[in-house]
Amino acid sequence: MSTIWFMIVAVMVAIYVLLDGFDLGAGAVHLFIARTDEERRTVIRAIGPVWDGNEVWLLAAGGTLYFAFPLLYASSFSGFYLPLMMVLWLLMLRALGIEFRHYIQERVWQGFFDTIFGVSSILLAIFFGAALGNVVRGVPLNADGYFFEPLWTNWRVGAQNGILDWYTVICGVVALVTLVVHGSLYLANKTDGPLNFRARKVASWFWPVQVLLTILSLIATVFVVPHVLENYRKWPIGYVVPALVIGSLAYMYFAHSRRNEKGAFLASCTYIVGMLVGAAFALYPNVLPASTGPEFSLTIYNTAAGAHGLGVGFVWWTIGMMLAAVYFVFLYRMFRGKVQLEEGSEHGY
Amino acid sequence: MNSALLVHRLQFAFTVTYHYLFPQLTMGLAPLIVILKTLALKTKDERYDAAARFWAKIFGINFVIGVVTGIPMEFQFGTNWSHFSRFAGGVIGQTLAMEGLFAFFLESTFLGLFLYGEKRLSKGLHWFSALMVFLGSWMSGYFIIATDAWMQHPVGYERAANGSLQLTSFWALILNPWAWWQYAHNMSGAVITGTFVMTAVGAFYLLSEKHVEQGRIFVRVGVIVALFVSLLQIVPTGDAQGRMLARNQPVTLAAMEALWDTQPGAPLVILGQPDVAAQKIDNPLVIPKMLSFLTWRSWGAEVKGLNSVPKEDWPENIPLLYYTYHIMVGLGTIFIAVSAVATFLLWRRKLYQARWMMWVLLLMFPFPYIANTAGWMTAETGRQPWLVYGLLRTMDGYSKMVSAGNGWFSFLGFLGMYTVLSVLFLFLVRREIEQGPEPVLPPLPVEAIEMLDIPVEVR
Repeated sequence: MSTIWFMIVAVMVAIYVLLDGFDLGAGAVHLFIARTDEERRTVIRAIGPVWDGNEVWLLAAGGTLYFAFPLLYASSFSGFYLPLMMVLWLLMLRALGIEFRHYIQERVWQGFFDTIFGVSSILLAIFFGAALGNVVRGVPLNADGYFFEPLWTNWRVGAQNGILDWYTVICGVVALVTLVVHGSLYLANKTDGPLNFRARKVASWFWPVQVLLTILSLIATVFVVPHVLENYRKWPIGYVVPALVIGSLAYMYFAHSRRNEKGAFLASCTYIVGMLVGAAFALYPNVLPASTGPEFSLTIYNTAAGAHGLGVGFVWWTIGMMLAAVYFVFLYRMFRGKVQLEEGSEHGY
Repeated sequence: MNSALLVHRLQFAFTVTYHYLFPQLTMGLAPLIVILKTLALKTKDERYDAAARFWAKIFGINFVIGVVTGIPMEFQFGTNWSHFSRFAGGVIGQTLAMEGLFAFFLESTFLGLFLYGEKRLSKGLHWFSALMVFLGSWMSGYFIIATDAWMQHPVGYERAANGSLQLTSFWALILNPWAWWQYAHNMSGAVITGTFVMTAVGAFYLLSEKHVEQGRIFVRVGVIVALFVSLLQIVPTGDAQGRMLARNQPVTLAAMEALWDTQPGAPLVILGQPDVAAQKIDNPLVIPKMLSFLTWRSWGAEVKGLNSVPKEDWPENIPLLYYTYHIMVGLGTIFIAVSAVATFLLWRRKLYQARWMMWVLLLMFPFPYIANTAGWMTAETGRQPWLVYGLLRTMDGYSKMVSAGNGWFSFLGFLGMYTVLSVLFLFLVRREIEQGPEPVLPPLPVEAIEMLDIPVEVR
């Protein structure tokens, strides 16, 4: 049962990154590719109806993690205290940038909101990448299953890590570049004209960077956590995942160069899911490895909630997910296709 | 209290109090918007659509701030209260996760459709989105109340080998009787905020002679619903909560009433300042035997006093608890009086001309916020010194690994961030109220105006 919940949480996190990823990515690039007010409004219109729903996946995944692995939630959230507080503040600023822009028509303030939206999106992408890097690298857990990391110590990977060291910084940059490409491909899908052209150009520039960084991060991971390959050796079927990652990168290039906008975006989705599933596969059955020694690691076994709760949860989780899927299909169908700005629309987009 | 515990408590108290200023309005406005949309659908009167659109904008601003200040609440269970989460997560993780899955998805999806989709959706579907937003926000409220109710009155759990609590009965958790009464009380409190805000904006328009027709709709819908929910707030919901307290948290009730000694025929304190050290009340104004009657339905019944339990089990801040409770009840009584007089004037068709009443209604809007906040402070300071009543003390629940220094860092950060949010919020809401509901150009036929109970001579 704990294994099923491990998979469920991993999938929910992947869906969150996939969905909120494109609006984070769109935020990260919009300062550079959307130049006029009309273009900026088009970008916001492209994510406006869906970004909030996408962010709910963060809450739903967080809630599911809390419910299925309470000790993991308690330990990791208190240990990553400082970066999480900053994530909260960034999420706030970003929401203000998106939602309140259209209430204020003055040019000066629109620039202000656009900058907030852009900068907070970029920082969030880096933070999320670094967070994942921390989980893969391991944290200094004590015998009670708790730890606390300052933002940085000596930037080296060692027993007393900080949140940021050279490895997690690489992870942060990989996340940023991935989401930049992801967001650009999404915008290319949702827009036409010069905005579409520039979005595709950004995706073309960053694709080679993404390939290089993917390779670099994989090498760095094997160097920092050598046992990361254990599960792959044990269950060779796992190698499908890295193959999928490479395949999706190649297909992204192929589809993109043929102006298959949908195909390129889907390839980017596959890439993200592949990277995250690959990491989860390598971690299992650990959920938070200890840099202080494997006996302190948090696993699905020592963090899971009681059997009755997990069993009941599976029932309502399934119902809830089916409902959520229906809403999302409905919502995305409603706002499908390229964005057209409606003049004088009631919401001002 | 060591300084780390202090700052964790301060931060949670501040962020949750601030957060709840926004959901109480969105949960309160949601049913009112459904009423306006229903009236629009039934009467085919464009003015109700305009009214709904106006309130949807106010709703939207509140919703955004409610969401962004709500995410920290879920996070803080782990970041600041990790030991509590480890201890109780096996139970309350259920309700918190269900909120995300059932309420947030529903609410966010249909709010997107409601705010962005009026032109794309048919009238019926747009009404349906409003209904689903209402449903989503009210479900969200239920899951949170069920979580808090479990902390007040733990049910359906057992202690696992490692000392943490595990769920044994899902239905006991969901159908906790404490949750139902607390929910009913809380939701009618939220609707009181919604109605008084709507009425205040209407009164402001009538007083300043702008958007007069819309102002009348706001005042009319507002006061009628306000009277209804203000009554519900006292009977049965408030009354039932009081009786539940007497049975399950007698110390809390004793502290709320500053009742020191166990006694038959206990009085109800209306006014007076408690003096905890001397165990007395300065200049008390009491109704003899009333507390016994209200809690046990018998004038002579015995009510437990504070001295019936050791001091270490008393709520820590008895004066604060006493005052928040009395402020809540006092304001609740005023809400009934004001909405009753306003409804009477409406019935006599004198309301819109009564400028004094418009001033009263305008100035009333902050008080439901105060009453709701005071009510929550009563519930939460009343539960002290427990975090989970009878099972885990507050001083044992916080994150021991997060130092006071890191706690103050984030607490000050929240203070700064929320100041910015407040400035922006007030500015945006003022703009919306200034701009008002869009004018409806074609004037209505006289019959329609008569049907709507609006005297024709004014417009």
